[in-house]
Amino acid sequence: MATFPEYIAQNEERDGVRFSWNVWPSSRLEATRMVVPVAALFTPLRERPDLPPIQYEPVLCSRATCRAVLNPLCQVDYRAKLWACNFCYQRNQFPPSYAGISEVNQPAELLPQFSTIEYVVQRGPQMPLVFLYVVDTCMEDEDLQALKESLQMSLSLLPPTALVGLITFGRMVQVHELGCEGISKSYVFRGTKDLNAKQLQEMLGLTKPSATQARGPQTAPQPLSNRFLQPVQKIDMNLTDLLGELQRDPWPVTQGKRPLRSLGVAMSIAVGLLECTFPNTGARIMTFIGGPATQGPGMVVGDELKIPIRSWHDLEKDNAKFMKKATKHYESLANRASTNGHIIDIYACALDQTGLLEMKCCANYTGGYMVMADSFNTSLFKQTFQRVFTKEVQGSFKMAFAATLEVKTSREIKVSGAIGPCVSLSAKGPCVSENEIGTGGTCQWKICGLDPTTTLALYFEVVNQHNAPIPQGGRGAIQFVTQYQHSSGQRRIRVTTTARNWADAQTQIQSIAASFDQEAAAILMARLAVYRAETEEGPDVLRWLDRQLIRLFMFHLRRSPFLQVFNNSPDESSYYRHQFNRQDLTQALIMIQPVLYAYSFNGPPEPVLLDSSSILPDRILLMDTFFQILIYHGETVAQWRKAGYQEMPEYENFRHLLQAPVDDAQELLHTRFPMPRYIDTEHGGSQARFLLSKVNPSQTHNNMYAWGQESGAPILTDDVSLQVFMDHLKKLAVSSAA
Amino acid sequence: MSQQGYVAAPPYSQAQPGMGGYQGGFGTGPAQPLYGHYGGPPQAFSAPPTGMMKSPVSSAVGMPPPPVSSQYNPNVQQNGAHPQRYPAPPAASAAYGQPLQAPYNSMGSAAPPPAQQLTNQMGAMNLGNYASGPMQSPPPPPTNSVAQQPFQISPPPAMGQPQMPPGLQSPHMSPQMSPPQSPPATMPMAGPPMAGSQMAGPPMAGSQMAGPPMAGSQMAGPPMAGMGRPFPGPPPGPGGFQQLGPGAAGPPGYPQQGGQFGGQMAGPQTGMPGAFPGAPGGLAGPPQKKLDPDSIPSTTQVIEDDQVKHGGQVYSTNVRGQVPPLVTTDFTVQDQGNASPRFMRCTTYSLPCTADLAKQCQVPLATIIKPFATLPKNETPLYVVNHGETGPIRCNRCKAYMCPYMQFIDGGRRFQCGFCNCVNEVPVFYFQHLDHMGRRVDLYERPELSLGSYEFIATMEYCKNNKRPNPPAYIFMIDVSYNNIKSGLVRLICDELKTLLENLPREEGAESSAIKVGFVTYNKILHFYNVKSALAQPQMMVVSDTAEMFVPLLDGFLVNYQESRAVISNLLDQIPDMFADTNESETVFAPVIQAGVEAFKAAECSGKLFIFHSSMPTAEAPGKLKNRDDKKLVNTEKEKTLFQPQKGVYEQLSKDCVAQGCCVDLFLFPSQYVDLATMADVPSHTGGSVYKYNNFQVETDGEHFLRELRKDVQKNIGFDAIMRVRTSTGFRATDFFGAIHMNNTTDIEMAAVDCEKALTVELKHDDTLSEETGALMQCALLYTTINGERRLRIHNLSLNCSLQLSELYKSCETDSLINFFAKSAYRAILNQPLKNVKEILVNQTAHMLACYRKNCASPSAASQLILPDAMKVFPVYMNSLMKTAPLVGSTELSTDDRAHQRLSVMGMGVEDTQLLLYPRLIPLHNTDVSSEAPPAPLRCSEERLTDSGMFLLENGHSMFLWLGQASPPDLIQNILNLPSLAHLQGHMCALPELDNPLSKKIRSIITGLLEKRPNSMKLQIVRQKDKPELLFRQFLVEDKGLHGGASYMDFLCYVHREIRQLLT
Repeated sequence: MATFPEYIAQNEERDGVRFSWNVWPSSRLEATRMVVPVAALFTPLRERPDLPPIQYEPVLCSRATCRAVLNPLCQVDYRAKLWACNFCYQRNQFPPSYAGISEVNQPAELLPQFSTIEYVVQRGPQMPLVFLYVVDTCMEDEDLQALKESLQMSLSLLPPTALVGLITFGRMVQVHELGCEGISKSYVFRGTKDLNAKQLQEMLGLTKPSATQARGPQTAPQPLSNRFLQPVQKIDMNLTDLLGELQRDPWPVTQGKRPLRSLGVAMSIAVGLLECTFPNTGARIMTFIGGPATQGPGMVVGDELKIPIRSWHDLEKDNAKFMKKATKHYESLANRASTNGHIIDIYACALDQTGLLEMKCCANYTGGYMVMADSFNTSLFKQTFQRVFTKEVQGSFKMAFAATLEVKTSREIKVSGAIGPCVSLSAKGPCVSENEIGTGGTCQWKICGLDPTTTLALYFEVVNQHNAPIPQGGRGAIQFVTQYQHSSGQRRIRVTTTARNWADAQTQIQSIAASFDQEAAAILMARLAVYRAETEEGPDVLRWLDRQLIRLFMFHLRRSPFLQVFNNSPDESSYYRHQFNRQDLTQALIMIQPVLYAYSFNGPPEPVLLDSSSILPDRILLMDTFFQILIYHGETVAQWRKAGYQEMPEYENFRHLLQAPVDDAQELLHTRFPMPRYIDTEHGGSQARFLLSKVNPSQTHNNMYAWGQESGAPILTDDVSLQVFMDHLKKLAVSSAA
Repeated sequence: MSQQGYVAAPPYSQAQPGMGGYQGGFGTGPAQPLYGHYGGPPQAFSAPPTGMMKSPVSSAVGMPPPPVSSQYNPNVQQNGAHPQRYPAPPAASAAYGQPLQAPYNSMGSAAPPPAQQLTNQMGAMNLGNYASGPMQSPPPPPTNSVAQQPFQISPPPAMGQPQMPPGLQSPHMSPQMSPPQSPPATMPMAGPPMAGSQMAGPPMAGSQMAGPPMAGSQMAGPPMAGMGRPFPGPPPGPGGFQQLGPGAAGPPGYPQQGGQFGGQMAGPQTGMPGAFPGAPGGLAGPPQKKLDPDSIPSTTQVIEDDQVKHGGQVYSTNVRGQVPPLVTTDFTVQDQGNASPRFMRCTTYSLPCTADLAKQCQVPLATIIKPFATLPKNETPLYVVNHGETGPIRCNRCKAYMCPYMQFIDGGRRFQCGFCNCVNEVPVFYFQHLDHMGRRVDLYERPELSLGSYEFIATMEYCKNNKRPNPPAYIFMIDVSYNNIKSGLVRLICDELKTLLENLPREEGAESSAIKVGFVTYNKILHFYNVKSALAQPQMMVVSDTAEMFVPLLDGFLVNYQESRAVISNLLDQIPDMFADTNESETVFAPVIQAGVEAFKAAECSGKLFIFHSSMPTAEAPGKLKNRDDKKLVNTEKEKTLFQPQKGVYEQLSKDCVAQGCCVDLFLFPSQYVDLATMADVPSHTGGSVYKYNNFQVETDGEHFLRELRKDVQKNIGFDAIMRVRTSTGFRATDFFGAIHMNNTTDIEMAAVDCEKALTVELKHDDTLSEETGALMQCALLYTTINGERRLRIHNLSLNCSLQLSELYKSCETDSLINFFAKSAYRAILNQPLKNVKEILVNQTAHMLACYRKNCASPSAASQLILPDAMKVFPVYMNSLMKTAPLVGSTELSTDDRAHQRLSVMGMGVEDTQLLLYPRLIPLHNTDVSSEAPPAPLRCSEERLTDSGMFLLENGHSMFLWLGQASPPDLIQNILNLPSLAHLQGHMCALPELDNPLSKKIRSIITGLLEKRPNSMKLQIVRQKDKPELLFRQFLVEDKGLHGGASYMDFLCYVHREIRQLLT
């Protein structure tokens, strides 16, 4: 058997699953002593180019409470054409189509290498993809122009049959009717009045679909489209023109005021429109906002510029008078959207906050994207947006829609909950634990939008009693059944069945310890911490965390924007947490503990400690924090660069040195979603603060003279260094142990 | 002889008719000159004689002959006597008639001799005349005229007091004589004279006889003749009586008329069919005596006379209290210190000095102001005065604006306000020396010192929010529900707008109009259009949230037509197609107006909404209406509710509109009840108009509608107006009628005021007025021009004041009076049962006339009806008013139509009410093709129609071409291009363009009328005896009303009876 690291990598590769423990303690008591629960990071749609979808439907266990899918772990009696469910031990007859089954003629789902397998459901209509653009028009012309271009570009990326819709808003909200000849029509709504789906339906004249169909024979073959959501192929030109003619919100904004932005109502209308036209169909509401909502339901700040938008300080003082109401508004929208399987993306591009704090659940509940940038006229936005429409080899989008994830477990283990971009479907069942962690109390979750990297943290509870030992060699199994709408319009089911050995903690503690996946555990715990930070009061979370597990990693986690709000706006915190909650393990690790590479004449690029001692004058540093990619030129290098040595042929090597981190950064930039902020700075540059705030302050203005100045750069901070932190921890650990 | 006859017979003194009628024929000069001419004598004569005469008569009747009357005597003319005299020769009479009239006219109109006593007896002669010939009066031979003159003089007295005659003056006699001549106009005494007429032409007579009842009534007083008690007259003139006899028996056709009044008057005569609520049911029975209809005062005659006297002349406004020519007269105004009568007209130009006097006579004191009246080309437009940054100079105390009534004193350093007498400093920049007369040297260089009407440039203080207003905007709001699409209306409007918008009103000399335009279509949701010039195609923005209306766009909604022409044209092309297959039949209404208001608010401008609406707004939205039409309410206490708008939404909406300067013009195209009373509520408070086209069809109503639309769009208009009427001490404006809104008791707010809109202002005494200083009025209107300039329009008018009621009656203006009565009655029906309102009208009429009779007329027999000259046709208007749809409680009339008429009258000026209440009936069959002028109008009575004739009737709102059954085929061919009347079918709504002189002439007459009237009229062609003829007949206002209401004659009798009751 391979080493655990290899095993882990292989499992991740094949099934997209990483457990905190790869050998499970066999009783509840032991499991609780382990501090880190049995949990998994699961990436439902991990890219598997080698996994061709199967063109038939899965065979299900016939027990009504089980309905597990036939998998390689099942025992099969080829003679009797029977199979035993490995979860409930029910014996099931194979369906007639499996008549030819034999040991040498096994269906794919029984082959061990297909522990993850994907079925295509043939039933039901092919659903078109729906993209509803919700566009803010209260922004500078330059920004708006950039946004318009991006949107127009996106049309060319959509599959021709996809339905698109356009809602624009400013002081009013406009729902644009598409495909009108000779005149462009839109329905306009007051930005201060929320409407329920029924009212909206009436006001948009969508109550009588038959009437609208009868309007023209051409719409007959596409009964699913309506005046507001039409196939791209049909209204491509029209919509392009429409976008082209979009004007900045014409209502005058007097000095000292913010423009009136009816974001809350616009989103409500978008949700309502899809709700009454395409329930339970994959759809993306893509919201582009250039500032905070300033009127109507969902407003986060008034239009008086002299009153700034809430800060953490205000929140603590309970001074953010719109926050609660707005949050409630967006939460209800998020719930409505997720109920119908619709995704809400938020692209917020403004220098100030836009209210992501209040709106975060829209993206978090629905698996939507949240993107934050300074302006729509930045490559950050443009490329990120373009990347949303990335296609796989077969030419369909990497995104998937309206998924449900169901977890089935062996009897000894139950599922406590999930943390990630999902909502509970409140499906009770035998495998639901009473002990809730994250979104719990259910074995099914809805993930309205997901892509190949969307990762959920699932927490389990070993329920086996200490006095009922599991027979030697017993394995605990977990099956993940993900039903989703593929971007080709097909309904698909991906089934991942995985199993781990049980071990008695008393006798086999070493093997359990050896199976510990430090990285997975760290992320799992971090997610839990963030979840708690979101739902509970701040300082308690840190204390809780300190009590749980202590490692170097946690040092950075404590300092990360996920738990620390100092120096971050509420919006930024929400944004960081959002990303952290959906990215896979590798990315999440980077987010917590940024990666630092050093480039110098002394040798090839090398990773270096995230420590102030790594900051040297003759080095170029490349830091990747996931959100930022920063190139930092040491003092000497910066001087050289300023002197222009790189231009001189005789210093070509210097030019190469300068170029190397840039090339590497580009590579990172190209693979990352969302696009990181790219920063090129140097010693003493103002943007160097991003680096300085991340590194371990082993040298500060307090101690630099004690350390001498052989290396590194002092950080002006009162934060404790890792050294101090560790010393303190050790002391605590010892004292607590005692 | 005659006198006695009169006396006995009674008499309705209706000298005037005669007078009026014939003037036309004479065509002699202006009244005044004539007056002078004739006047000398008449006055002299009349005064004493009449008085004398009267007293006896009156005594007989039971009226005390007031001494005062002497003064008025001159004016008074008792026709009664005349008839008898002339009875004999019909032919002659005709001849005479004309001449006589002329003199009378002069007397009557020009001269003070306002009162006219008409005796029915005149009738006979007249009848003869008429019978033989048409109304028209051929030019009288010179001899006649001569003869007349004497008559004139005498007439008054003579008429009045037949008994006295001999002794008194021959003149009297002559007057008596004259009556016969004048007969057509005068009220013929049915009795005796009639005979003659009847004799002359039996058939005709009959018709003419109609009058008899009058006689009867008059007669009633004195003798009790068999037939008629009414005819007591018999004794006087044998002939007369004889005639009566036959007349009574003969005219079966007219029984009713006669009957009605007869009943009241004499009892025995025919009963009153209840035309007058107050009247006792008449005796249906004996339709006996007929008065000669020609003998009662004729409106056409009065109009003609005035035209003769003032037509084509220059009227200078330099004299205080000067009574202007009639509204129907074509004259030129020269502003010399008082506002042109086109802008302001008063019910009387001589106010009683005290409140007691005013109360005594019950003549309403009111002025009708049409601040934007159109001036003919040959009159100078208003000058614009700029007093610079400090704004117009005003009196510090009462805030009156600088005007000719400000008296400069102290060497020009100070001026004393003519209104409140406050002494103000003259600002330095305005100082000017005074001449030896105490007038400023620059008097004639400054319009505000020398003219009655002018404008000031308003400064910032006069602007809302201290911001210069933006140019106004017109928003066209088209109902695109099923009905309007199906009828083709939407397409029609859209096509028309393309050309119409080229002709938006523009400031003089401006290259294009500054008015912005916007477009909205709607059914139960609203569609706004962005037509910004930069767009390649228009954008439609739908607002379905009608509960809380708002305007979805700012930029691009209201645009300059010239700049956005391409986009607008594109839009107008598309609208009809866009909704071509709609099946939406529900509409909203209040949100539509709300949208307009919001749009103006957003654009910070004022303007006008043109709403083209089809049906009752039943869609779920504010202002939703339900059918509350209930014919059972007609003639009950609750009938008023039919006229009352539904409260709530629309009330608030009116306020919003006015506050924003949003005028609403409503074009309705209903196929059934739409609750017009409510729907028109907003237009009627915002200076808007309501047009209604029942069962609209493009083919028949399209052109008519478009003409009206064009007129409406192109009207001269001012926006966001606020008006104040200031008066000199002693009286003030107390009540206001019009398409206005009032937040307090003095400021008249109008979202807009156009050239057709007039408001009527009632004046009341505060204190005693002085004869010396007279009474001054200043109407100041602050408004926004179509260019977006803020201006003040000032109209000044000075009136006389007098302690003598006679002066008041002399200076009365019937047309203005009736305007006031119409508006006040139409307002009253909102709160009172129709019956009460009508009673009040009749009572007040009787009271006004009785007061005159009592205080001003020379003594005469009580049986004589004596009318002030200036009010002699007042009864016909009053009767007509009471027969108008709103005041007639008939279930056959549509509630909407009644409400519509009620509301449209509220904003009317004097011209409009005059025409509405006395339509023009023009005979066309024997039109003189070569003559420039159109044929003279006839009296509105069926009797004037002939089977072989063709008549045009118009009242400013409807126009009929009536074709007699026996119309000669060649006439039909020439006009209609049809072989015979039988071929006429369907709804021909325009005359074919035929190349013959008659056709051309007639078409030019029609076109001329259409151009002249504020509203377009739909030409309806009716054949005699066809069903549609009923529509036509209801406009023959001298006849008995189609839906109830008395004939003129009956009414006159009734009023007379009332008067007599008052006098006893």
